[in-house]
This record gives sequence, C-alpha cells and structure tokens, in this order.
Amino acid sequence: MKKILYILVILVAFNWGCNDEDFLDREPTDILLDAQVWNDEALILSVVSDLYFRIPEYQSAEGWWNFADFDEAFASNFGDYWRHKNNDWGYGEWSLWNYDYIREINLFIQKAESDLTNELDPAVKARFIAEGRFLRANAYFELVKRMGGVPLILEPLEYDFSGDASYLQHPRAKEAEVYDFILSELDAIKGDLPNDVNIKSRATQGLALAMKARVAIYAASIAKYGATTPNVSLPGGEVGIAANLAEGYYNQALTAAKELINSGTYSLYNKKEDLSENFANIFIDKANNSEVIFVRDYVQSERWDGRANQWTLWNQPWSGAEDLEGGRTNPSLNLVQSFEMLDNSFATFQTTTEEGDYIFFDDPIDMFAGRDARLAGTVILPGSKFKGKDLDIWAGYQLADGSIITGDEFGQRKVLPGSETPVQVVGFDGPIDGREFSAQSGFYVRKHMDVNTGSGQRGLKSDRWWVRYRLAETYLIAAEAAFELGNAGEAAGYMNTVRSRAGFTTDLTADDITFDRIVHERKVELAFEGHQLWDMKRWRLAHIVFNGEQADLTDQPWKADEVSTRVFGLWPYKYYEPGSENDGKWIFKQVLPGQVTGADRFRLGNYYSFINDGIRNNNPQIVKNPNQ
Amino acid sequence: MKKLKFIFTLLVATAIFASCDWDNYDEPESFLKGTIVYNGEPINVSYNDVNFQLWEPGWELSYPINVVIDQDGTYSALLFNGSYKLVFPDGQGPFRTVGADTLDVNLNGDQNMDIEVEPYYMIRNAQFSAAGGNVTATFQAEKIITDADARDIERVNLYVNKSQFVDFRTNIASTEIGGGDIADANSISMSVAVPEITPTQNYVYARVGLKVAGREDMIFSSVQRIDL
Repeated sequence: MKKILYILVILVAFNWGCNDEDFLDREPTDILLDAQVWNDEALILSVVSDLYFRIPEYQSAEGWWNFADFDEAFASNFGDYWRHKNNDWGYGEWSLWNYDYIREINLFIQKAESDLTNELDPAVKARFIAEGRFLRANAYFELVKRMGGVPLILEPLEYDFSGDASYLQHPRAKEAEVYDFILSELDAIKGDLPNDVNIKSRATQGLALAMKARVAIYAASIAKYGATTPNVSLPGGEVGIAANLAEGYYNQALTAAKELINSGTYSLYNKKEDLSENFANIFIDKANNSEVIFVRDYVQSERWDGRANQWTLWNQPWSGAEDLEGGRTNPSLNLVQSFEMLDNSFATFQTTTEEGDYIFFDDPIDMFAGRDARLAGTVILPGSKFKGKDLDIWAGYQLADGSIITGDEFGQRKVLPGSETPVQVVGFDGPIDGREFSAQSGFYVRKHMDVNTGSGQRGLKSDRWWVRYRLAETYLIAAEAAFELGNAGEAAGYMNTVRSRAGFTTDLTADDITFDRIVHERKVELAFEGHQLWDMKRWRLAHIVFNGEQADLTDQPWKADEVSTRVFGLWPYKYYEPGSENDGKWIFKQVLPGQVTGADRFRLGNYYSFINDGIRNNNPQIVKNPNQ
Repeated sequence: MKKLKFIFTLLVATAIFASCDWDNYDEPESFLKGTIVYNGEPINVSYNDVNFQLWEPGWELSYPINVVIDQDGTYSALLFNGSYKLVFPDGQGPFRTVGADTLDVNLNGDQNMDIEVEPYYMIRNAQFSAAGGNVTATFQAEKIITDADARDIERVNLYVNKSQFVDFRTNIASTEIGGGDIADANSISMSVAVPEITPTQNYVYARVGLKVAGREDMIFSSVQRIDL
C-alpha cells in the first residue's frame, strides 16, 4: 500500500513538472543566439574582429623567422639555423587551403545581409557587409598568391546528408578569374566603407584602393612576366594569366593608385627632421599617422596569444636587451649593400684598398655614411644607437700581424699582447659566429622595433602595430604600372616622391627608370614588410635569383636578376697596433656566417604551392599545380 | 606471493611482446630497382631532383609513392607486392617519356626494371683530364629529340667537387658556356682551375652537365674521378 502511494506521489510530481513548459525552456548561458548577435552593433563588431584577427599572413610581426627564409636576414637563433643549411623549399611551403575561414566569412556575409540585421542603421549594416566582402576578397588574394586559381566559393556550403557529397566539389577557377573577382569586389564595396584616415585596423575606402592597386599589379606582372616561364602554367588557366591581359591590369593598378594618391586622404609620413628616425617611425607612430592605411593592431599583454607584438622582444639588441632574449633577425649584407648612395649611385662596401690594405674608419658608422636614410631606418648599424643606448657590435681585435683576438662570450675580456690587464675583446652584441642573439651578420633589424621602455620585456611586450598597407607602397605600384605602360616620366615622379622622403635630392629622370630600378626601390623601401616572396614570384625572378648555386655576394646590387642564394655579413673589427696612427681605428671584413652552408634554390614547382593529396582525394576535380 | 608476481610479470611481458606479432602489418619486402635509360644507356641527373610516382589504384584514397632517381640514373624502392601505375609528373627530368605516359608495374617479389625515356640531349664521349691544376673536359652534345618538341641548349657546365656528389649545388669549381656560344656541339671543350682543397686531396670528381632550355633538370655525364 505504501509502495503504491510513493509511486503515485512521484507520478503526480512528474506530471505537474511537465505541465510547466517554461521550466525547461531556458536561455543558454554559454552561447549567443543569432537573434541576439545580429541586432547588436557591438556584438557584430566582435564577430568581424575575430575574422580580421584570422587574416592569414606569411612574413609578419607574428614570425620573425620567416624573414630569414630568403636573403633579407640571417636567423640568429639555435632552432633556426636550418634555414641557412637547407637548399630546397618543399613544394608544400607557403601552402594554404583555408576554406573553413572562408566558410565563416560567407556565413557572416549571409547573416549580415539577412533580415536579422534590419534593426541596424542601414549605413552600419552596409559597412558590415562590405567588411565581410573585403575579408573574403582578402582571403582569396592570400590563396591566389600561394596556390594560383582556387575554387571560388561565395556561399556557405551545406551538406544534405544524402551520402553523396559530390555536389559540393568545385573545380579550380582560372587564376585570372580569381584576380578579377577580387578586383570587382573591391570596386563594389568601396562606397560602403568609411573614408577616414584614422581608421587603421578596419577596412576603409583607402584600403580598398590600396589593395586594388596591389592585386592588379600582381595580376599584371604575372601576365607579363609569366611569359618568361611558360612551364609555370596549366592548360586550364588555373595557373598563369594570358599575356594580353597585362595592359588592362596595369591600367587598373595605376588608376586605383592614382585615385588614392590624389584623394589627399593619406600623405607620406614626414614628422621628424632626422630622416632615418622618420622612416623608422612610420611603423611605430600610432598617433595621427598619415601614411599607414591598414594594420594589425596589438596591445601590451603578458599573454602569448597573439594580442601583444613580440617583434621587439625577439629582435632587441643583446647589449641593451630588457629580457633574456633578442637579436634574432640579422639583416644581411645582401640587403644592406642595396641601399644607394645619396647621389643616386650604387656602391658595395669596400673593406680594403686595391693594394689589399685595410681601409680604416674612425667610427664604424662612417662605413655607412652618405647612404639612403632608409638604411639606418631599416637596420641597426654598428656605431649607432637604439633606445638611446650605444650599440656594441664588433667582432674582435685585428692585430697588425694578421691574427685576430676575439672571444666566444658576449663582451669577453682577454689580455692583448704587450699589456697585462684584460680588456674587452668582442662586443656585447657580438658578432660571435654561431652564438644565438648576437648580430651574426653584423647588423640588427630596426624596422618595426618599438622604442618604448618595457617593449622588450616578456611580461609586457609591445603594442605597436604591424603595417599591412601604407601609402609609399601605393606610390611604388603607381610607378611600376606607369613604367610598364610606357610612361617612364610619370613613373619617375612617383619614385621621386618616395625617394625624396628618404633624403635623395637629385630626382631620377625618365631615362633612369628601368625594371631593375623598380625592383630595387621596392626592395629597399619595403624590406621586412613581407613583400619579397610575392614580388619575386610575380616577376618570375625567384628561380633566377635563388638558383641553388653557392654564389658569392653580388657586386651589382642594382640588378634585379643577380643571384643571391646565401646571406652574407659585414663585421667590424678594432685595429690594434700600439704606436701606429691606425691603432684603435675600425676595419671591416665581409664574412659568410658559419651557419650558412646551403644555397637557396627556388624550383619551378615552388611558384605555386602543392595542393596536398588529401584535398585532391576529397575533390578529384582539383588539378595539380605544375612542375611538382 | 612472490611467485604470483613473477608469473604476472611474465604474463604481461609475453602479452606485450607476443601482441607485436599480430597487430602489425607485414613490412614491405619487394624491391623495385632499375635505371632510367635511353637505348640502354643510363641517364645521369642531379641527386634528389628527378622523381617519379607510383600509384596503387583500388584504394579509397590515393597517395603517391615518390621514388627519387639517383645521380647515375638508378632508382630503388622497397614496396608491397601489388600492381602499380608508374607516372613521371609533368616537367620532371631532362627527358620525355616514350609511348604511354603511364607504365603498369606488377610487382611480385624483387624486380629489375629499366625505364626507357627519350632525353632531349645525350652527352657523349665525355673525356676528362687534369693538367697544371686544371680539369679539362671534352664531350659531344647529341640532340636526340629533333621533332616539334626539340629544345635548344641553354648552357653547358663543367663541375668539379671533392666528393662524388657533383652538380650545380655541390661543387668547388665550375665553368659555363652559354647555349648560343657553343660553336660546335660535336666538340665542346671546357676547362676550370681546381682551387686549394683542405684537407689536401690529390683527386677530384668531375662531370659535365647540360641544361635544356625550358626544362628544369639538367642531364649530366657520369661522374669521373680524376687524379691531379
């Protein structure tokens, strides 16, 4: 009897509980529903900022090591010496297939366009849609640079669980079609974006134009210079652009670049009297920066999740390091000697006279006197200062009898002949061959380095930004496009604007403008900004410059197609010969760092990265890239 | 108690060792070996550069087995028995394939298979000599493919190295003649000075290579040891 009563009570309790339908109908506390997100501007902004955060990059402030992959820098870090010992790049290098990211962008666009956002101000809604389309165009640009033509997926794909997924398989679009898609998207969204020089980390009208110029010049040069490598193409056009399209793309690039330059919204950064400091400041001045168009922004943070910029921590000179690391990116002599003299002439560094005697300098910085101001703005030179502290880059004492006294510890002390007290025989910045964090090429990197105290501490790191687009690049694109369209005079004008900011007083004339000049100007203006690989690819120069031969350092740094497969260094030494007038003066030696044993070789199959077999198994319509 | 522990340990140990036997696959044990040849003569290439792929059809997912061709044109792969399709990827090697672009390989036990291809050029009668610290090579470049597919010589090189790996990457001395500067392809002569070698070595290895215009991989003569 009691049992039955209990059962009854329990049953009644259940029935009564089920009656209250609201009881189980709870708002989730751990996710936001579409209806909540899509009528709140702040929440939509956080969705889109996640998509901005995930923009794929290759060489950037997120990874100093990628700058050591070619000839711009030596990697002064134990774990990265292999970058100078290997010969080939794998075909899969730089490969990207981020359709998960593209799907999320497509979902973002779909929802932003839907009725969910009807509550928003129409201009705000249009801006979000435009940003989504910008991010998608940018994602396809990152893909086409690496892989060539890829499937253009513009809707979020849904699987219907029918057991047959073949309707989701799309073939690769032609390379030119992808470029055309990006260009048309940028045209379409421009009007919906704000035109505000102070918006740097979101899409603006200025960015749409700057990106259009860049995308069009890539397509144009692939069309033009692709003709020199007929092997790098596919019969279906997935790789390679027909040469007759080059002119049209050059025109688009020039038009977009001119529109941006003439709009007057942006202007070249010119705040400091010292032109080198001025150049370095472009990348670290976050207040009223008139040149920078689009950035990846950072905050100071002790966390390691990509919120703070670690470039300064990684690369600070060892002698003044604020933490137990630094000095990793060492710009190569290959790059340093490319900076011109201020009279528009080129000169390699002379360390000895024609008779073979050393050339003596009173101060190591004198070796670099009279050069392009961008040199000291890009590279920390021996004899200069960083964060107000003197650098201490010198490799040892050169004795008159030809022997060298040096150490294998930073700032090691030894006794010099004819003396009894030990003195410092090597700099606190090295260079010490094989010693990580020392300036093994004789130089440290200056570009992107934050000069604020604490920016080199692991607990703080830097809040400076990573510059993705800036006006000077647009000028150089205008110059390149004008030159390729046969208007060298116009090209000279754009070049001179950029060059006068670097301290050049004599203008280049139309006759001076050659393909080599254009390539060279981009090399020195845009060093360490992540352009090198894409530039070398689009000009089809990569397999010529990185040809795998153990070549010596070129003495013709103005030539675009000079072989440069190994990174060289330039080491200062103090001269020791008591009683001589040269005692205590400085000499230099060109060196090949001991870790550099390989010679870079860019194979034809590297021009477009390998699409891995897993992708092609999933979608047999994807054709392979050539020469792999 | 101690005995029990011992028996348990023994049981666990046998279980671990014995299980290796049943849950592992057999290892591949059939060699496919051979040489890339033209009319029976091996095609010399640079190491790690020329490869072909073996595909085994019938599986749900297909991944190729890459087989790299050695300096002297030989190759060797350790495989499971089965039927494979042998393909040279586009643009590989200083040659073109003869006949069908896919070869069927039925492997059942070790097998020797020379693969006949048609090179654009062959280097014939390469003679090396050393005198006065110079290495001199004379050879002929015979044009093999003369139909619509014919290609020019981009350049010829003489490479000298300390070790037996001799090509454009690993050499201590090299010299080059551009394709346009070759007066007579039937008698090419090149000479290069051998630099100091440390530690001292009284012999070097040398070979000549020929770059075919528009092909990435070079064709070489065989490597020759030369006493200085």
